[in-house]
Amino acid sequence: MDFLYNLINGISLGSIYAIIALGYTMVYGIAKMLNFAHGDVIMVGAYICFFAVSSFNMPPVVGVLLAMAVCTVLGIVIERLAYKPLRQAPSLAVLITAIGVSYFLQNAALLLWKSDPKVFPSVVGNDVIKLPNGLPITYITMVTVLACVVIMVALTLFTSRTKMGKAMRACSEDKAAAQLMGINVNTTISMTFAIGSALAAVAGVLLCSAYPALMPTTGSLPGIKAFTAAVFGGIGSIPGALLGGILLGVIEIFARAYISTQLSDAIVFAVLILVLLVRPTGLLGKQVSEKV
Amino acid sequence: MSMPKREPTKLVPVPNPNIIPERDVDKSPILEARHLGIDFGGLTAVSDFNMAIGRTEIAGLIGPNGAGKTTVFNLLTKVYQPTRGSILMDGIDTAGKTTVQVNRMGIARTFQNIRLFSNLTVEENVKIGLHNYIKYGAVQGIFRLPGYWKEERIAGERTMELLSIFDMQDLARDKAGSLPYGVQRRLEIVRALATNPALLLLDEPAAGMNPSETAELMENIVKIRDTFQIAILLIEHDMNLVMGICEGIGVLNFGQVIAKGTPEEIQNNPEVIKAYLGSGKGE
Amino acid sequence: MKGRSVPKQLLNRFAPYLLVIAAFAAVRAVQARVGLSSSFEGQLIPICCYIVMAVSLNLVVGISGELSLGHAGFMSVGAFSGVIAATALQSSISSGLVRLAVAMAVGALCAGVAGMIIGVPVLRLRGDYLAIVTLAFGEIIKNVINCLYIGYDSGGLHFSFKSEADLHLAEGGAAIIKGPMGATGVTKLSTFTVGFILVLIALFVVINMIHSRSGRAIMALRDNRIAAESVGIGATKYKLMAFVTSAVLSGSAGALYALNYSSVVAKKFDFNTSILILVFVVLGGMGNICGSVVAAAFLTILPELLRKLNLENLRMLVYAIVLILVMIATNNPILKGALNHLWERITRRTARAEKGEKVQ
Repeated sequence: MDFLYNLINGISLGSIYAIIALGYTMVYGIAKMLNFAHGDVIMVGAYICFFAVSSFNMPPVVGVLLAMAVCTVLGIVIERLAYKPLRQAPSLAVLITAIGVSYFLQNAALLLWKSDPKVFPSVVGNDVIKLPNGLPITYITMVTVLACVVIMVALTLFTSRTKMGKAMRACSEDKAAAQLMGINVNTTISMTFAIGSALAAVAGVLLCSAYPALMPTTGSLPGIKAFTAAVFGGIGSIPGALLGGILLGVIEIFARAYISTQLSDAIVFAVLILVLLVRPTGLLGKQVSEKV
Repeated sequence: MSMPKREPTKLVPVPNPNIIPERDVDKSPILEARHLGIDFGGLTAVSDFNMAIGRTEIAGLIGPNGAGKTTVFNLLTKVYQPTRGSILMDGIDTAGKTTVQVNRMGIARTFQNIRLFSNLTVEENVKIGLHNYIKYGAVQGIFRLPGYWKEERIAGERTMELLSIFDMQDLARDKAGSLPYGVQRRLEIVRALATNPALLLLDEPAAGMNPSETAELMENIVKIRDTFQIAILLIEHDMNLVMGICEGIGVLNFGQVIAKGTPEEIQNNPEVIKAYLGSGKGE
Repeated sequence: MKGRSVPKQLLNRFAPYLLVIAAFAAVRAVQARVGLSSSFEGQLIPICCYIVMAVSLNLVVGISGELSLGHAGFMSVGAFSGVIAATALQSSISSGLVRLAVAMAVGALCAGVAGMIIGVPVLRLRGDYLAIVTLAFGEIIKNVINCLYIGYDSGGLHFSFKSEADLHLAEGGAAIIKGPMGATGVTKLSTFTVGFILVLIALFVVINMIHSRSGRAIMALRDNRIAAESVGIGATKYKLMAFVTSAVLSGSAGALYALNYSSVVAKKFDFNTSILILVFVVLGGMGNICGSVVAAAFLTILPELLRKLNLENLRMLVYAIVLILVMIATNNPILKGALNHLWERITRRTARAEKGEKVQ
């Protein structure tokens, strides 16, 4: 009974990590950079939705859509201003710049919205349904898992069937060749950031619906965890992001329930390390060997 | 037009017996590859490769592009572990050994796409080749104990000697990445020689060189063999070089040896001609 | 690039020492005459610690070419083991200075052991995966110390993960590390002079290692791992050497840092601190020891400077913007080319002015 409850919570938390991890993995696959600011875009999305619903009394759906719109624009702006000038730069330089953007977002949020935790109203209310064996499942848990599944399916179809999706896959293989085939690499990269940021907004809303305290630093730790989930599953792989995210969420909840709440983070990271030592490129990652 | 006679470069014999250990000269082959092969998933890149190289032989490995020649080099230096067959280095089986271990056993190589330490100077590149012969440890290095100064001085002298093979002493403090292509290739050879090999593998050493540079390279390869008394196996596409200095040649096509012998035998072998030029019957 | 003349090479190598000695002398002079503001005084020892952290991280990231995102973890190990040593020895050793030295040595040793334990599995990985695992280890260290209770009494040291009471300390014993509260009631032992000496030691170790056989091997592995192995250089051995040396220095800096405050918590040495130090290294130039010294010192003072300029609220915001702008300026090829061109024209002019014009 307990087990099932924890499993469901784990999958739900894991779904949120998976959605965030998608943003990391897509950007890494195509722009070959680790977008450290991703976690903070989540936070921005949550704040936008919060203010839309609490201060302007918009219906939750509108709040979510607004958050997605704002984050999409934010993602594209960040990409154009901070990352595009560094396309040819060594990856470490881009990483540091991303860190700068992350600091910027956190501190701008701190200035604008202060550091006191806001109580985020759940976008689907706090209703609970009871399973046949009496187990209560919140609406938000179900919606989260459903959202994750829908996003995964949509994204997989997008990358395999649509022209833009194929362009993304081409860019992730070989940017120069893609350009020679007439693909606009700049637009493709911007699109990737746009999608990733929109997903981040969704994740932010879902995260704060389940765990209602919202502060400028809210996105930071889930961002790190989702990043490790993406690497765990194999960075650059979309199914890998899903697998990594879900597994990470389940492990975290189980560790919290059965071993120790305080050490749960340590345990999650320890599992990650063990897996990477056995499979150095992540669970579903590609084994890339150097040509000699 | 006759080329002006160059003064032979002065090679100083080994001054310090501690750096180059004694090596017996006898008649057994330095390297034997027996039924060597490797599969990459479903693709068989090399199969049933047999070769024996004499202790001071200059041997050649030729074949069309994609035949598997560099793969053979990678197998010999354990960049890939063979899936079939064995390699005997001076009579000792190298099964399971790593690249580092096989280098200690006496095989050194250059690479098809030059692999220099581009951020380090020419001198440092050669000194890294001498790494295992410079006898002081990390602690002595940090605290600058007497061993450091002595060994660094000896290493510096030895570096200059090695660089003098190709007349590169003046370039010692230049960054390796800034050198012209041909000079980079020569530096790679010097670095490989610094590891005191018994067998030197050269992967397309004349690539990108004009005829006069190639002629100079040919002289230098023979001189290296004569001075250091080592065996040399080279991959080359330049037939003048191969036929000019190689004593034994193996021809590779689609991962298999299709001919072996002296330059004369190879030049007249119909299989070799077919491999390079096609059978001419519209296949 | 043409090789530099020998005197110029030597100047490059000794520049960090000169810089640090000059800075120390300057600070001491100002302290004697005018006196420093209290906020600046309070920054002196942290600056020393961050310089050592940056120099040691540069050994891993710049010289060895491996991205380490958990470096604050070694600082943490050094900090807490140093505090334990200093507190436990309070009764046996009366001299604060000796206790500090012992604490820093203990911190260095413990961090070194941690570096060995972490390094052996981690250094087998490549690139981003190695980075992630170092990040994970940093978080694990922070998490574990946060749950740790350590106390001492006449019987020795006691450990527990549950609570202070669980330590079952005898009479006269006291808890040193109290879980999430960290270490409290710590006697401040650190001095600026000791910090200065630590910086010199760190520079000595790192610079000498770079200009020795081991340093060459480490850099060769960075530049071209396959080529380095082909000339007989074992990757694991030398990458581990850089990693552990770096951990040892960080541990020492951590002990110095912790003994500068009356209380210290594990959360202080988190991912943000690791990133902060990484920023010092990248901004100062990878492999550039002098750069690390300057960047660490400057970027630690910068927030305080901004506070002085009454930009209190915008302080971190400005920091972030400056960071982004500097990264773009130094890495964008167009800007970089323009700056290089400018630099060359300036240096050529001064060189010509010194030598006098030479007729072509």
